Amino acid sequence: MLSAAETDALTLSLSIAARSVLFNLPFAIAVAWLLTRTRFAGRTVFDAFVHLPLVLPPVVVGYLLLVLFGIRGPIGGWLYESFGIQLAFTSTGAALATAVMSFPLVVRSIRISLEALDGGLEDAARTLGAAPLDRFFSITLPLITPGILAGAVTAFAAGLGEFGAVITFASNIPGETRTLPLALYTALQTPDGDSLAARLALISLSLGLAGLLVAEFLSRALRVRLGR
Amino acid sequence: MLSVQLTKRRGEFVLDMDFTTPTPGITALFGRSGCGKSTAIALMAGLLSPDAGRVQVDDDVLVDTVRGIEVSAHGRRVGVVFQDPRLFPHLRVRGNLEYGSKRSASHLPHPVRFDEIIGLLGLEPLLARRPHELSGGEKQRVALGRALLAQPRLLLLDEPLASLDSARREDVLPYLERLRDAFAIPMVYVSHQFDEVLRLASRVVLLDAGRTVANGDIATVSRHPALRAIVGPDAVGAVVSGVVERVDPSGLAQLRIGDALLSAELDAAVVGQRIQIQVLARDVIIATEPPRALSVRNVVSARIVSITPDVGRNVLVELDVGRTATLLARITARASEELQLASDMQAWVLIKAVSLRGHVFSAPAR
Repeated sequence: MLSAAETDALTLSLSIAARSVLFNLPFAIAVAWLLTRTRFAGRTVFDAFVHLPLVLPPVVVGYLLLVLFGIRGPIGGWLYESFGIQLAFTSTGAALATAVMSFPLVVRSIRISLEALDGGLEDAARTLGAAPLDRFFSITLPLITPGILAGAVTAFAAGLGEFGAVITFASNIPGETRTLPLALYTALQTPDGDSLAARLALISLSLGLAGLLVAEFLSRALRVRLGR
Repeated sequence: MLSVQLTKRRGEFVLDMDFTTPTPGITALFGRSGCGKSTAIALMAGLLSPDAGRVQVDDDVLVDTVRGIEVSAHGRRVGVVFQDPRLFPHLRVRGNLEYGSKRSASHLPHPVRFDEIIGLLGLEPLLARRPHELSGGEKQRVALGRALLAQPRLLLLDEPLASLDSARREDVLPYLERLRDAFAIPMVYVSHQFDEVLRLASRVVLLDAGRTVANGDIATVSRHPALRAIVGPDAVGAVVSGVVERVDPSGLAQLRIGDALLSAELDAAVVGQRIQIQVLARDVIIATEPPRALSVRNVVSARIVSITPDVGRNVLVELDVGRTATLLARITARASEELQLASDMQAWVLIKAVSLRGHVFSAPAR
């Protein structure tokens, strides 16, 4: 049904989007927690910095990643020399670029959950003998799961379509970083690529729709579980 | 012994409380809304840091700002039942109950056992339910069980019945009485409802505008002028306790208070039971001669202790009854003058038996 190139693009998109979500979650939870539960100097600047990918052109994000994580960049160079890890022009790099782009969305979603959380429940846990870390994992985390899931699903869906940052940082390598949108773009650049482009667009559309339905189903199931 | 000295400034409001009360038993922390009761609870539980102070439960010092001691809330073993039940919505009732017990030290000499709590609070049918499937009274019962299973050395109850309507309150009150009688855990019961205090507590700490204004057994505090200002003139009345000596088939019970006998309509009174009742000052009549041929059931000889001005043109007369109890009577200043009432004078108090009804509460076990 699908050609080899289409299958490649589809699985690559799914894998990169999934990995980007996994990259994202621990940091996003930590940042959301810092932004809602602590007061520190430079908090406003930090908050703005976290939201930068929302307002910057994706190409700029890709460029900055290249500067930082490229093989001669300060972080990329260290990673390459110490561990032999190369990020630029690899699928892992594509996942990183995708993660950076969707990071503000995830932080936002988790933050809303944290703000809506009744602090009284955490106080109750304290009086029942739960130390801070224990309290976070036994009360806070389970109760913000709806926000985390919503953020993850949004980030995953957005990640399937990330174009600018990926092509700039990870290039357009078939089987390595050529995701659905990149494949679609390439098809459009190719003579006689119209029908391939249409098919790829249709695949993207179905994926997006399926993602939204899954998100709705998950949030309903969670609401029932938490009795809201 | 529970000893609490704490100060905390919050904006304009200053909480400065100081009391010592025997343990175990229920001590009521009583005062009108906004007097600092909830702040007091948060400080004792460790949810808030005091500016200065000391908290000691029996031999354990939980807070001593002079010595730099402040045990964390999670290490303090001070349980709290909040106004709203605060059950964890992602856990079933069983999970909520086990939350604290899983985190409590297992080496305690007499731990509160799960089965015992389930039995006492009637929680068996609720174990598999989720918190949102429970009624308000059921939620509060689960919250009580959860707090007790965390093996607290002190249990704080912050108006646990305030969020319930009166019918639901009646559902929960008997459970509180059972817990009080079953466990030797000292409890501090915060309330602004004197009837709850009367029913549960043997000691009362009176808090007014952030300060401890009275502290003592309930009979003494019930006659304290500061309490009158809080509950209002119609609810003023001395609390006396006595032992049920006899119960008529008609339901009229004879209550022995020192040398005196009072008859009262007590629902489900049992001979030998110790009972704490409040006799409202407005229901007490004073006579200077032994009255005859009256329908009033209770005519008791008494000695006048003091006469103090009261609201309006009234005076409050304090009377010693049976050498073990003190009653308050509100009469007009004019009546007091005409009868030439004075301290140390012999008098008779008349209380309609029926008027004791509605102020009858089973007393704490001693």
